[in-house]
Amino acid sequence: MKTLFDKIWDAHVVQNVEDGPTQLYIDRLYAHEVTSPQAFDTLRDKGIKPFRPERIVAMPDHNTPSDQQERIDDPVGRKQVETLQKNCEEFGIRHFAMGTKDNGIIHVVGPEKGLSLPGMTIVCGDSHTSTHGAVGAIAMGIGTSEVAQVLASQCILQQKPKTMRINIEGTLPKGTTAKDVALYIMARMTTSGATGYAVEYAGSTIRSMSMEGRLTLSNLSIEMGSRAGIIAPDETTFAYLKGREYAPKGEAWDKAVEEWKKLYSDEGAVFDKEVTYRAEDIAPRITYGTNPGAGIAVDECIPELKDIPEAEQAQFLSMLDYMQFKPGEKLEGHPVDYVFLGACTNGRIEDFRAFASVVKGKKKADSVVAWLVPGSWLVRQQIIDEGIDKILEEAGFELRLPSCSSCLAMNPDKVPAGKLSISTSNRNFVGRQGPGARTVLASPLTVAASAITGKITDPRKL
Amino acid sequence: MAKQKFNIIESTCIPVEIDNCNTDLIIPARYLASTTRDPKFFGDAFMHDLRYDSEGNPVKNFVMNLPQYSEAPREGVHEIIIGGQNWGSGSSREHAAWAISGYGVRVVISSSFADIHRNNLLNCFVLPVVVSREFQQELFATVKADPSAKVRVDVPNQTVTNLSTGHSETFPINSYKKYCLENAFDDIDFLLSNTDKIEAFEKH
Repeated sequence: MKTLFDKIWDAHVVQNVEDGPTQLYIDRLYAHEVTSPQAFDTLRDKGIKPFRPERIVAMPDHNTPSDQQERIDDPVGRKQVETLQKNCEEFGIRHFAMGTKDNGIIHVVGPEKGLSLPGMTIVCGDSHTSTHGAVGAIAMGIGTSEVAQVLASQCILQQKPKTMRINIEGTLPKGTTAKDVALYIMARMTTSGATGYAVEYAGSTIRSMSMEGRLTLSNLSIEMGSRAGIIAPDETTFAYLKGREYAPKGEAWDKAVEEWKKLYSDEGAVFDKEVTYRAEDIAPRITYGTNPGAGIAVDECIPELKDIPEAEQAQFLSMLDYMQFKPGEKLEGHPVDYVFLGACTNGRIEDFRAFASVVKGKKKADSVVAWLVPGSWLVRQQIIDEGIDKILEEAGFELRLPSCSSCLAMNPDKVPAGKLSISTSNRNFVGRQGPGARTVLASPLTVAASAITGKITDPRKL
Repeated sequence: MAKQKFNIIESTCIPVEIDNCNTDLIIPARYLASTTRDPKFFGDAFMHDLRYDSEGNPVKNFVMNLPQYSEAPREGVHEIIIGGQNWGSGSSREHAAWAISGYGVRVVISSSFADIHRNNLLNCFVLPVVVSREFQQELFATVKADPSAKVRVDVPNQTVTNLSTGHSETFPINSYKKYCLENAFDDIDFLLSNTDKIEAFEKH
């Protein structure tokens, strides 16, 4: 009796090093411009070439501007994007260039092109690689030295993590999305609650969750400390992947699906840790602090100091000091300056549909700057095909170009110091959206409602 | 990054008493656009936005700027950081490990490390040492009371000792990684010496 994680892991073991790590074979390496240049340098230092270039897919996303993609004004960022292209040309690696229809955020593009498939091992020099686990793969973020290892050998050396199953049971209340589920779990188990574990998400809530929702949930696994968040593939997965550009076709597809149907945790498989949450308990969420675990339901108040364990009080106060919030304060109704819809967390078609469903027939608050940034050119095209762009436009919003955008302050979309942003991205760290910027994390529905009122708003009440 | 063999390190420490110190704090994203491998570039960016204000002036009361902790690391001096729990959470950026290494630090001691950052430190030949929460608190107290206090990290015996109190703990590290640290041996060299096994795996 094996867990899903063990099944995929065991199928990729090249060798177990004695009293050491496992040498694990990697089916897919994704590379972006930020964490790959020094890895390619390592190849040149050693005078070697990529071991299996056909298993590697590269694209720039972090430095990409979202207002135009003719050029990158920042010379350092421009050089990094050019370096990726040059490295891919030199080493014969598939490259989806900035501004082309194949480009987008890696963690959006991979699944939607069928490059990430059930049963695979997937790595990338990016902690949100956990996203791809939603298709039923072991997908983990790695460092640049490890990127070099995979380039050189198509393998990494890893200590096998412990396993944890997080069950979500029941029907999500109206207004609650996959993003809220993730923010709820983080608040319950803290941002290090799953450190050392690979998480599997299971339960009836997950079974009835869309593929986009699952990708959002798996994406946020790293914010609980887990490198991997895996979900057993099912009919939802197969329906999502079928016909995708790089997914198997015809007979090969049928054979693949037969194999993928074996990818589930056996009944009776033992996890090192197992927790269960009830969907009914999860309301739309917001964060109030500078780590994603510092969160509350949108209509709740920030905890009082006395409710915080003594050892954590200093950190609690320092977070609130940065955020310019007070213990016990209610954030619903608090004015916001910026709203951001996008990132590898919530930059998919379903997120834009959700946002549009809230703002349709209404007007954006004048006081708010809004960045609506699709996660890929494919998502952007779908937004246009479905007429969502028209709904957004009529409500006073502008649709931008695919990019990591305001998630991490590596491109022009930076929130100015002191300004408050409500954002669908994944991290509210100090300075994450720009030096001195303050970030409240929320779902696309909550961000949309807040964009209309100009205040932090409960989407159930708009 | 420089690969220095590990044996016994005895050094004064910098107490960075920040829980959940994420890699965005260790090195802000704007330093990630560089394609360089220059240790000084990353060392200068280490903890940048805590060390310097928006005008680039040192933040006087930040621990790394206090006179007793501000001396740049060299043998026996500030080669060890004692960090808060959940050290290195968040982004996978190895630049955070390059920043620590580039600054001159060889050991980070904490009660817990984020998984990706822990691997990155090891791959950059910076040793992450996991101790109990109690011992971590003792080390903070010792180093804050006496900045000249030294801590010994003995890699062969896998022990970490507070030389002021004599208290000691063992720390875990597997024999493969220990061999790598003691011999400045890279994972990539190991993998390249095993390509026959990889090809055999691909065939089956």
